[in-house]
Amino acid sequence: MTLVLLSCVILVGGGLAAFVAAGNGRRSFRVAEASAVLAGVTGTVAAVHAAWCGNTRSLQLAWPLPIGSFHVGLDAISAVFLVPVFLVGAVAAVYGTAYLAHADAKTAGRSWLAYHGLLVSMVFVLIARDSVLFLLAWECMALTSFRLVVFDSSDDRVRKAGWLYLVSTHIGTAAVILFFLLAGRASGSTDFDAMAAGTGLSQAAMGVAFLLALVGFGAKAGFVPVHVWLPEAHPAAPSHVSAVMSGVMIKTGIYGLIRALVLLGPPAPWWGYVMIGVGVVSGVLGVLYAMAQHDVKRLLAYHSVENIGIIALGIGLGLLGVASGQQLLAAVGFAGALLHVVNHALFKGLLFLGAGSVYHATGTRQIDRLGGLLKEMPWTGALFLIGAAAISGLPPLNGFVSEFMVYYGAWMACMQAGSVSIWASLAVVAGLGLIGGLAAACFTKVFGIMFLGEPREPHDRPARESGLRMLAPMAVLGAACVLIGVLAPLAFRLVLPAAVSVGGGSMPAPESLASFSGILKGITGTVLLLAVLIACIALARRCLLRNRVVRTAGTWDCGYAAPTVRMQYTAASYAHPIMRLFGSLLGTKVHARLPEGLFPSKGAWHEETDDLFMARWFVPLFVKVRNAMQRLGWIQHGRLQGYILYVALTLLALIIWYAFTA
Amino acid sequence: MKLMSIAHLFLALLAAPLLLGVLNRCKAVFAGRKGQPLCQLYFDVWKLLRKGAVYSRTTTWLVAAGPVIGLAVVLTGLVLTPAGQTPALIRFSGDLILLAYVLGLMRFFTVLAALDTGSSFEGMGASREVFYAALAEPAFLTGLAALSCLAGEFSMSALSGTASLQTWSASGPVYLLVLAAWFVVMLAENARVPFDDPNTHLELTMIHEVMVLDHGGPDFAVIQYAASLKLWIYGSLLVGMMFPFPSGSPVLASLVFAGGMVLVAVLIGVLESVTARLRIVRTPELLLGAFALSLVALLLAVSAGGAHVG
Repeated sequence: MTLVLLSCVILVGGGLAAFVAAGNGRRSFRVAEASAVLAGVTGTVAAVHAAWCGNTRSLQLAWPLPIGSFHVGLDAISAVFLVPVFLVGAVAAVYGTAYLAHADAKTAGRSWLAYHGLLVSMVFVLIARDSVLFLLAWECMALTSFRLVVFDSSDDRVRKAGWLYLVSTHIGTAAVILFFLLAGRASGSTDFDAMAAGTGLSQAAMGVAFLLALVGFGAKAGFVPVHVWLPEAHPAAPSHVSAVMSGVMIKTGIYGLIRALVLLGPPAPWWGYVMIGVGVVSGVLGVLYAMAQHDVKRLLAYHSVENIGIIALGIGLGLLGVASGQQLLAAVGFAGALLHVVNHALFKGLLFLGAGSVYHATGTRQIDRLGGLLKEMPWTGALFLIGAAAISGLPPLNGFVSEFMVYYGAWMACMQAGSVSIWASLAVVAGLGLIGGLAAACFTKVFGIMFLGEPREPHDRPARESGLRMLAPMAVLGAACVLIGVLAPLAFRLVLPAAVSVGGGSMPAPESLASFSGILKGITGTVLLLAVLIACIALARRCLLRNRVVRTAGTWDCGYAAPTVRMQYTAASYAHPIMRLFGSLLGTKVHARLPEGLFPSKGAWHEETDDLFMARWFVPLFVKVRNAMQRLGWIQHGRLQGYILYVALTLLALIIWYAFTA
Repeated sequence: MKLMSIAHLFLALLAAPLLLGVLNRCKAVFAGRKGQPLCQLYFDVWKLLRKGAVYSRTTTWLVAAGPVIGLAVVLTGLVLTPAGQTPALIRFSGDLILLAYVLGLMRFFTVLAALDTGSSFEGMGASREVFYAALAEPAFLTGLAALSCLAGEFSMSALSGTASLQTWSASGPVYLLVLAAWFVVMLAENARVPFDDPNTHLELTMIHEVMVLDHGGPDFAVIQYAASLKLWIYGSLLVGMMFPFPSGSPVLASLVFAGGMVLVAVLIGVLESVTARLRIVRTPELLLGAFALSLVALLLAVSAGGAHVG
């Protein structure tokens, strides 16, 4: 607890110092970097320790406001979410110092203040034990991240994205406020402990509270259909900020939802089914939309929607386990969800940083304009590959471990058919299978088109490998991905206390836990065997080829005499079969000019996939709202006297009301 | 038991290429040809292993990593796969998910090795491969869910070899449906007709063959051998999980297993002789059909299993 607060102090101090020293660019950057790393190390150690031990600490201080209290606490759930905040926050800061090296010093100084502010407010969201404090931190988090999104505010598209983000986060906040009002009504307190002690709500009111939490926190997490801000805001922000926002910040939405579940107490089974439904829809649509994107950062943003869907599947299974009294199912489901929270932060952070390096080196984020970068940027490419394999859920990396837990939970639910609907486990198994397959398709596309083959267009400048400050952060994240993937039993043990306390605190039977750890040990053994085999075969291959003729030649062109780099497969052509099957679902628009006549000269093919929910739901809705609001426009006339009159009239009305009621 | 597992592992390593020989012989008989020797693949692999290599100037280390990782994956897969009543060397509850995902790792790197060459033909093959795989996965996993609900087990080794004439008479429809679904999945994953034609000579229409166009020498030998082992893995799953096995004698069970494997090869050979490749736009329907079969199987298995337990 003390260490976590200490790292907050370091972050606040570092952010302010970087802001003050903004005039001296170099010094400001070093201060920002050093404070983030120091706080990151301190905080990560504290968080991992707290998650492992599962102790609960809390602290209350004097609070000047009439409502709420300064009540912070650290339990296993908060600790699991704190790990990525500190870890990714620190490495992304180091990366950011290199990424922003050529930015305007003043703007950069301001952005460091916002960056450190974002980290601190995320920490406070996670440790707040009072709804007023929570909402304050929540709002700070929204504002600081908004500031970071509009870093490049000269660009019109960036401003638009920032605006969209600001609106959607506040709509979410409105639902969150309503949730806290409802949950705190019975106890009449804003304190979490008091809320958890007695919500005293009827079943129906509990359901409403759950839905409010789902919408409010879901807007931050990015569940479909309230995900629309993600693909706009994440590409607009600088890459180290995207890594933190997409990897870590959206998880505060998941945290909020989980905390809400803890506050509300025993769940109804339908909550689990709703979560699984939301998870499958988010997962499948997220990955399909990702597949259709041409901008790599937009694509990664849609993949966050997919991964949030997988997390929702885990939560759903956990809820079903609690509702049907199967402790192991609850523990495995929640553990899968929580571990995926950590895992997604690691590999999504890694991928966003990698995409940023590519953008930094080539000046474009359009996948179809790139190619052959693995030769120019071998380290960035190799690290990006680790992230790509991890997000596709492939062993021996971390994505597989958490997806395995969710699968296993679905299987347990399947075996217990009767107490849990078979459709739930079917949706998880089939949905996760489809999501996994499509994610692999999507990331072979991203990596294959960006890093392999020949450059599809001449670069504006020759791409150069990034410096150590950009590579080292990626290497840390990549190493973490491998470690969790190989040490699956330890990873499970790390999130177990949190998973158990989400599930109501009752520990599953020790023998069932031991058998599940045995399974994870089996995975570890198998992936180690795989690694040994790869090494042996690679060695054997090298020995075989040692004294033989090894030549190079052009790629086999199937007899065509004059191939050009423009004839290579593009991202759009790679995704085409999948888009043809699912395109009507996504509303993909094709602009095609096919070659005609006996001597065709030119043809063109362009595919565009706009977000259907944005275009069909939100834009028409908000246009209607705006039109309705315009009728009230006469109230806002711009004359100061009038406004003062409003204030006076309101005050008078309140006095009269008070006089009559009292 | 452990000795039997090791013996079966070596049997797979030695006999997997023979399976393709049987398959090709079957096709030759159907076409009225004499056909290539049964051991043709052994000769091919041996010849390729003694050659040098030619690499494209476009490629990086990934083009060499593809075959290496592919072979390592199928070898790991073999260690996880039971052979009839003989359990696998590594077995735990949920091992089939690991198997499905390590095979995914093989696909991931095969596809990247193909894209590494920058050839549009190989890109085309890669694109189709990942497309089929994404649709085949749900069918495969749902079928597995059906079988494990039926038996109340979630480990391949525990499931394998439990089918008998009694279980068939009790829940034949489930077995039949999963058998059909998995057969389709096996054809898709192993690049057989009607998804892909291993005999085609036009790069435009190939899938698996076109992805490995730029591999030669020992790399190509490894690819060929790994492909035969992959077919062996899918064959073992099909035979082990659904073939009715006699109880009691391990030797007899091994013979039944070997017979089942030959039967699978013959079945594929017959199918390839009597059907043509499907148009690529039609293949998703086949895979979705396989998913539907698995789904029905799961529902049947749950109602049956519920009656069992309850």
